[in-house]
Amino acid sequence: MIALLLAQTIAITGGTVYPVSGPKIENATVLIRDGVIAAVGTNVTIPQGAARIDAAGKWVTPGLFNAATQIGLTEISAVQETNDGRLRGNEVAASFNVGAALNPASQLIPVTRVAGITTVLSHPSGGLISGQAVVIDLAGDRPADMLASPRAAMIFDLTAREAGGGSRAGIVARLRRVLDDAREYQRRRADYNRAQMQELAASAADLAALQPVLTGTLPVIAVAEHRADIEAALQLAADYRLRLIIGGGSEAWMVAERLAAANVPVILAPLNNIPTYQALGARYGNAARLAQAGVRIAFTINGDPSHNARTVKQEAGNAISYGLPWDAALRALTLAPAEIFGLASRYGSLQPGRVANVVVWSGDPFELSTAAEHVIIRGQEVPRSSRQTELLERYKTLPPKY
Amino acid sequence: MRIVLLLVLGSTACASGRATPAQAPSPAPAARAESRSDSLSGDRPQYPSTYRRREQGPVMIRNATIMTAAGEEIAGGSILLRDGKIVAVGREITPPAEAEIVDGTGKYVTPGIIDTHSHIGVYAAPGTQAESDGNEATNPVTAEVWAEHSIWPQDPQLVLAIAAGVTTMQVLPGSANLVGGRGVTVKVIPGRTVQELKFPGAPYGLKMACGENPKRVYSSRGPSTRMGNMAGYRAAFLEAERYRRRWDNWLKDRKGDAPDRNLRHETLAGVLRGEILVQNHCYRADEMAQMLDLAREFGFTIRAFHHAVESYKIADLLARAGTAVSVWADWWGFKEEAMDGILENAALHQNAGGRPVIHSDSPSGIQRLNQEAAKAMYAGIHAGIPVTRDQALRWVTANAAWTLGIDSVVGTLEAGKMADVVVWSGDPFSVYAKAMRVYNDGWLVYDRDDPARQPRTDFELWQVPSPGSDR
Repeated sequence: MIALLLAQTIAITGGTVYPVSGPKIENATVLIRDGVIAAVGTNVTIPQGAARIDAAGKWVTPGLFNAATQIGLTEISAVQETNDGRLRGNEVAASFNVGAALNPASQLIPVTRVAGITTVLSHPSGGLISGQAVVIDLAGDRPADMLASPRAAMIFDLTAREAGGGSRAGIVARLRRVLDDAREYQRRRADYNRAQMQELAASAADLAALQPVLTGTLPVIAVAEHRADIEAALQLAADYRLRLIIGGGSEAWMVAERLAAANVPVILAPLNNIPTYQALGARYGNAARLAQAGVRIAFTINGDPSHNARTVKQEAGNAISYGLPWDAALRALTLAPAEIFGLASRYGSLQPGRVANVVVWSGDPFELSTAAEHVIIRGQEVPRSSRQTELLERYKTLPPKY
Repeated sequence: MRIVLLLVLGSTACASGRATPAQAPSPAPAARAESRSDSLSGDRPQYPSTYRRREQGPVMIRNATIMTAAGEEIAGGSILLRDGKIVAVGREITPPAEAEIVDGTGKYVTPGIIDTHSHIGVYAAPGTQAESDGNEATNPVTAEVWAEHSIWPQDPQLVLAIAAGVTTMQVLPGSANLVGGRGVTVKVIPGRTVQELKFPGAPYGLKMACGENPKRVYSSRGPSTRMGNMAGYRAAFLEAERYRRRWDNWLKDRKGDAPDRNLRHETLAGVLRGEILVQNHCYRADEMAQMLDLAREFGFTIRAFHHAVESYKIADLLARAGTAVSVWADWWGFKEEAMDGILENAALHQNAGGRPVIHSDSPSGIQRLNQEAAKAMYAGIHAGIPVTRDQALRWVTANAAWTLGIDSVVGTLEAGKMADVVVWSGDPFSVYAKAMRVYNDGWLVYDRDDPARQPRTDFELWQVPSPGSDR
């Protein structure tokens, strides 16, 4: 996958390994070679010269995957010139792919990965169709080095009332016009190029970018909180044969059976429970109720989804408190998002051939007392440092060491 | 996925000032003078508390781990509550015959959680413009406004805080203004009026704000710079000094016409007299140092800096000044002055001999202040900074009570303190612990196992699920 990986072999030995794809294995070895997982089990031969990490008494899991952030696209939320996640002046920005804006030097990357988050969805925001999201690993010197999926999902925002003329019905009607015109454009590109078509609902570039959505090769994250918006998204997906993912989904628990029947996953923040008119039914039990009904779930956080992306562990822990089985919580932070974005053959579990994103924890990864002691991304251990640890070192004793 | 960015970016919420008391000194100094004069508004009661304790028989929680926030963690301990007071804490307590016995096996007991920084009621859910009552952003100095005059007691966020073990909170105006107005300290209980919630005897607070927010909100009319912010505070306190002098002179003999009453100056004069506690939204270390100098110039003290993400850089100065800091466990980066936030802030402040507090500034965060304290504690421990469990518990109880000037009444589990007590399902520093029972002034205001003891606001009826189940 990436050429510049060092031919490094790491053996993590003696830990309790949670492969996610199967039951936990006590006192197991995870062998990593050339950036991928080479073997997992209790009977693994460790090659000579392999670097060893003693994980006795530790917990070993796949690197955690936060399914909705803007990491790499924002540095300081309030400082406009550090934000690249939103395309202004185009409410149907389907061709806007945030991958080109990624900042591998972002401070947020080390801050997040030292907490054991190795992979995130980074998505555009704003408008009716915000653009295309990418999946990135939180390491790499160039944007291309970070990309796990250069085109992971198209974002439709069903909460974008203004783009819909002030009514949720207007939002859906406008999305339908755009999708109809995207079909029409595809059928009659020649006419379009000869200017023999009436004006379409979006630019040619944006209509072209919607083609993989219409063929079901690119999933759509429909941001929807209210039950009615979730149902509207389900209808839209049925009518246009979209591969639908619900983002937000505060009231998804109310339509859990329908979501399960339609095999539509939900990316949610477990700690979202403040009632608004967008979602009076927001509740902590959302995750557990969806999982119970058989809906695939993945997690993001309530609040600043980028700077605080690391708190997704705490959110998942709270989801467990409110009824989600522990194993399901770990899956929602590993294999489930990988499956949702079509990456399960490379991400989300500890199996031979998978990208070696692995974390060694001092204990239960959801517990507040637990530290990520070793974080391995694409087969290389990342340093446990960030700008925040440098600030700590400088000011740990006063006066500071300038 | 919340694509909308934080409300902390707006001129709303985020950092505010201080609370208003219930039976604190009346706003006008005149009220304290011995006078029969009823002709002056300042001589009459000023929005007094009408709080009344709910009757409840004695309760003894037995065989629990009692975390007192006063130096002890007692395994297999008991605590006896009666008439709104903590009667005894220890291993061997004989309950009165009529006491209800609560089995605390496997449970933990702590003081009620105290949030020094909330906007519940002034930025009420469901969060429409109609409930946006937290920033009187019409003038950089609005010392005359009182948060309690905005609070909507039917805010559904209130009962979520109750279910999370919060028994007292300070509700503050927002941080748009240099001086945002008075905050109020309230008992976190259901009620029809804010007066029913007002914490009896709690001093008033004054919300002040440094840095980016005021200079952004007033960029066109000023202040538009940090030096403009400083000039704004100084001008306001200079006027307050004159006002205070005029009133003090008149009060000596009450001869002649009373000076005109001015609510803005009256509140600031209350600060100068030491009756109103300054709660100062301030992020950067250098700005906090400026504010300490401002306080020295006018002869008052700053009770606490709020947010204070850089307080670890001047932990020694703050400890010397006796100023507390009220911080988040891990928020950072949402604006430039928040870029240097680190996880070890509270721990470093503790280690320097200061008085850290973990606050929420968030209707979501207020629901897990125990977890936020835990994160800050473990961050310290992992970095080799010694922090005890008792100290970390004080970050959301005793130290918070001190910040609000009510530490002689609440904040610890000690005989004689108000019976604000939480029974947790397990170690409150675990992500898996939930508040099972919440006693406020001895009254069982919340019981996770009993739907009849799970208060709901009017707003929730018919349209919002009950907080008790899995909300």
